[in-house]
This record gives sequence, C-alpha cells and structure tokens, in this order.
Amino acid sequence: MLKRTLLGALATAVALGFTFAATQADAANERFKQVLERGKLVVGVKADYKPWGFRDPSGKLVGMEIDMAQDVADALGVELELVPVQSSNRMQFLEQGKIDLMIATMSDKANRRKVVGVPQPNYYTSGTNLLAKTGAVKAWTELEGKPVCGKQGAFYNKVVAKRYGAKIVAFVGNAEAKQALRDGKCIGWVYDDSSIMADLASGDWEGFEMPLNTEDDTPWALAVPLEEHGGIWGNFMSGMTYNWHASGRLIELEKKWGIQPTQYLANMHERMKAYEAQ
Amino acid sequence: MLDLLTPFFRRLYDETGWNFVIFYEQYEWDRFVAAIWVSLELIVASLFFSLVVGIVGAWLQGSPIRAVRLFMSGYIQFFRNTPPYVQLLFFFFVLGNFTPKVDMGGYYEPMITSFGWAVISLSFFAGAFNVEIFRAGIEAVPESTREAAESLGYSRLMAYVYVILPLAFRVCLPSLNNNLVNLLKTTTQAYAIAVPEMLYTLNQVWSDNVNVPEMMIVLFVYYVGLVAVLVWGMHRWERKMKIPGYG
Repeated sequence: MLKRTLLGALATAVALGFTFAATQADAANERFKQVLERGKLVVGVKADYKPWGFRDPSGKLVGMEIDMAQDVADALGVELELVPVQSSNRMQFLEQGKIDLMIATMSDKANRRKVVGVPQPNYYTSGTNLLAKTGAVKAWTELEGKPVCGKQGAFYNKVVAKRYGAKIVAFVGNAEAKQALRDGKCIGWVYDDSSIMADLASGDWEGFEMPLNTEDDTPWALAVPLEEHGGIWGNFMSGMTYNWHASGRLIELEKKWGIQPTQYLANMHERMKAYEAQ
Repeated sequence: MLDLLTPFFRRLYDETGWNFVIFYEQYEWDRFVAAIWVSLELIVASLFFSLVVGIVGAWLQGSPIRAVRLFMSGYIQFFRNTPPYVQLLFFFFVLGNFTPKVDMGGYYEPMITSFGWAVISLSFFAGAFNVEIFRAGIEAVPESTREAAESLGYSRLMAYVYVILPLAFRVCLPSLNNNLVNLLKTTTQAYAIAVPEMLYTLNQVWSDNVNVPEMMIVLFVYYVGLVAVLVWGMHRWERKMKIPGYG
C-alpha cells in the first residue's frame, strides 16, 4: 500500500516536472514562434549611425546592420520590419517585446548580458584609433610628445598618453576636438574607430585617414530577449553569425558600406572558414 | 612627498572606498602636481595682466583725445558684455587661426598656445572690469588734489602715477578684491580650450577612476584655499594703505 502511494506520488511528480519543463521551453521559444506565425520579424536598428544604420535621402533605413537584419528575415522566410532605436533605450525595446532582435552597434559588456541575451560569436569589434591628415602618422609610437586631440572623459586619453607618451589635448565635446584637428592644433583625434569610420564615410573628411591599427578592441553584440537566449532564437542567431563569418558575408558588407576592413572580421573569417573546410 | 601620503590614502581606499587616487598613484600624482603649477601660473599671469590693463586703461579713459576714449569704451563694452567662456572659445578657435604658426609635420606649433590665449582672454575680460573699478577710485580723488598736482608742474602721466593712482588705489581696493577673486575662479573655464589646469585635470582623473565625489572635494578645497590666500593678501594691503583719520 505504502509502496503504491509512493510510486503514485513519484509518478505525479515526474509528470508535473515534465509539464513544467514543457511550459518553460514553450515560454523560451514564444517569441520565435510569434515571428513565424505573424510572418514578420521586427528588428531594432540605429537610424543615426552611418554607415551601420542611417536614413538615405528618401528616408529609408539603410546600412550594414539593416542588411544583416534582412539576411535574418530572409533565412526565416518572413518579412522584415525595422524599428529605429537609440543607445539609451535599445535594451528596453527588446525587454518589452517591441522588437524581436536588436542589431544596434551595442558594445558587449558583462552588465548588459544580465539584461539581454547575447548570442555568440560577436559580429564586429571597435576600439581606439586615430583620425589624422593623410600621411601624417604611420605608427602609434610616432605620437610621442606630440599633441593629440581627444574628448574630455574618454578612457583612452590616459591609455594613449601612458602607452605612447602622446600629449593629450582634450576638449569638452567632439565638435571642438574635431575643429582643433582641422585647424592643425593637433596631429590627430583619438577616438572610437567605428565613429571615426563613420566620419570618414560621411565624406566631410577629405584628406584625412584612419592610419593605425585599432587597439583595445571591445566586441559588438546583437541581442535577443534574455529568455530566448538558450532557446531556438538565441541558437539560431548564433548560427546566423557563424555563417556570416564563415561565408565572408560580413567582410562583403563592410566593403559595400565603405567601412575600413577590420582585423577582427578578417581573423574570424579565416578561423571559421578553416573549420568549414575540414 | 608622495611616499608620505601613499600609505594613508591607500589604506583609506582599501578600508572605506574613498578613492583619492592622486595621493597614492605616481601617474595621477604627477598629473595633479602639474595641474597645480599650470593653474597657479595661469592665475598669477591673469591677475597681473588684468591689473596692468586696468591701470593703463583707466589712464587712457581720462585721455583728452576723443578717439582714445571711444576706443576704451568700445573695449569695455565688448569684454564686459560677452561671457568669458565664449571669449575663450572665440580667441582660441577664431583668432587662433590667424596668428603665425610653425608647421611641425602633421600639425602646427602655434605662436600663442592655449595657455597664452587663456591668459590674454582672461586678462582682457577682468581688465575691462578693473578699468571701471579704477575709474571709480580716480573719480573719488578730489578735483582740487589734481589741480594742486598740475600747479606743481606735474604732467598728466606724472600726476596719474605719483598722486592720483596711489590715492585712488585705496578707494578701489575692496571692489578690486572682489573682481580678482572672481577672476581666480574664472580661470577654471580655461578647461574649455584644453589648458591642463586643475578642473581639466581632475575631470580627467575622475573619468578614469570613477571617483567623482572625492575629486570634487579636492577641487573645492583647492579653490577655497587659493581664494583664502588671495583675500588674506588683499586685506593686508588694504590695512597697509589705511590713512588714520581718513578711513
């Protein structure tokens, strides 16, 4: 009698456990299913970060990250809807379900991974580099003792000053720092390389270049809702990113949008391609 | 010096989290000391030149030539009616492009550095107020005294230097004191054109070390101390110039 009761309890427990696991798995994949059901993928992108995400003269959102979003929609066989997001609200958009996926120039930081799901590998990196007149600088070491413009409060001011002995001339805002560079008050402007690339791509910096190798790289992350991270959606995006690297698609997009080739993408392509061949 | 401070401030950080990094890390300490020198040089130079501008300007203001008087009032209007912050930016970014510079290959070494522009701009700014302060003092000197000097054969300049100015100084010291204290504090705005003075440097320190409250305290103590020294000196001067029975 006792044995039967125990067995019954065990069976119930197991059954309950299964049900629980099932609902959890359902919850984890809910967003993914929604995307397929409604036949439309909603992606949060930047609208003010040329050439990653910006508006063309007709007002349409275009850019490297928009092309990536299109790739994802095509792979799923659904329509694509773009929602412009800002750095300050992009993670909230994802949390609140306003978007299914975020590809918006976000740096991959430990505290952010607590809020959104970050499928690996990363699709891009940015770090410290220099905007300078063409031919003026060829190596970081040449900066010793020379005035280099920067923005007050940027962490790489100290890094560049300590590592290379550059004389940092930091201004309150980027506009002043860039004006000082144009006026020849310093040999270069030290800043985030993705932002420098954006400036170069804007066409306002004729006769300037980004001559150095980027240092202190921080990876960029696309993001899915945190609860989908371990489910189909997160794994799917990991696969997408892997294939982007392996096929050289990201390098191709880099070229298409006039972004200076980054070592990171070249390295990743080399690695993933090698694995594929085996 | 740093060796003496290090143990205490490192312990303070370890035990309480108060991060006065400038007192226990060599690099930050060097930056801090450099900032003390730059800010002191900036203050002394600006105070000195603003007084020169004030004294010379007040003399020119009393000139018998109308064009000179007009020029002076134009100068005062221009500098008194624009914010010092805007003046700094204007001098550095606009006038700075018209001054001679040496091509150093990739950048230019300007004849007037950002420090130079800060001194020029701040001196002329405070100088404009000093001119008016000295005028108040000069006008307080009785007409009869001026006439007495003239009748003794003093030229206009001589009378100004030996008779009027010494008397005028006494009257204008309190308001001069005010203006110089203001100038001392305004030197922090030179951070806008990247003069590595105290505010500029500590701003960078707190950005690098995320210790804003601590560095704010240092900044406050530093300027309270400097102003106290200046005011103490000015008060001593005031007392020295006191004429018994004349106030």
